[in-house]
Amino acid sequence: MNVQYENREGCLRVFLSGELGHHEAISLMARLSALVEDHLPARMVLDLSGLEFMDSSGIAVVVQTARKCQSCGGTLTVAGTPPQAQKVLTCAGIHRLVDIR
Amino acid sequence: MKLLKKDRINQMTLRFPSRSANEGFARSAAAAFIAQLDPTVEQVYDIKTAVSEAVTNAIVHGYRDTLGTITLTVRLYAPATVEIIIADKGCGIENISQAREPMFTTGGAERSGMGFTIMESFMDGLAVRSRPGKGTTVILQKALQARREV
Repeated sequence: MNVQYENREGCLRVFLSGELGHHEAISLMARLSALVEDHLPARMVLDLSGLEFMDSSGIAVVVQTARKCQSCGGTLTVAGTPPQAQKVLTCAGIHRLVDIR
Repeated sequence: MKLLKKDRINQMTLRFPSRSANEGFARSAAAAFIAQLDPTVEQVYDIKTAVSEAVTNAIVHGYRDTLGTITLTVRLYAPATVEIIIADKGCGIENISQAREPMFTTGGAERSGMGFTIMESFMDGLAVRSRPGKGTTVILQKALQARREV
């Protein structure tokens, strides 16, 4: 799991690449949480276009990151979602809670 | 889904310790083995995802803070059905129907409680056998369309 980000005009864009399962989820959640606290973005975009695989661990990562953004007064958008990750998020109904593209 | 032993065309079994680093290996190994049935990309991902959920459950819930052995068996049936068995000898599940409910989890913040829901919706068959103190066996089945047959 590789995490890269850029912060431009209050929008924090985070790019994830590799595989996201339980093994990667705990450290990724901590990393994303720290990024939100450091940058306090009005808008955060979690770009999943580089993900090769995601299981239900990704659901917890998205939901927790969305809550973290909201608690800091911002919003989260998930972008570039590959079909496999989309299917997992849709199965859990996360598209009704978080803006997923 | 009733599968007959006479239709079984191939099988493999892997045994590995319940370390989270093995989750990626287990799902990739299952996907590599079923490739000989010529599945679609979506079917491969469905199976990888379901295997990942079952193996993660064995690691997070079955063995919790201990280390044990997980057995992954993949069986291929003619013309194109796959059966995957994930077994642990961990703590077992007290209440299987509760464990299978969406959003139910006894795990930490990184668990969504969606594992069984995903296994159920991504596969054609899901059976769970468990006894507290003895372990858990999850049986997943999926019918792949035989693309080579006309």
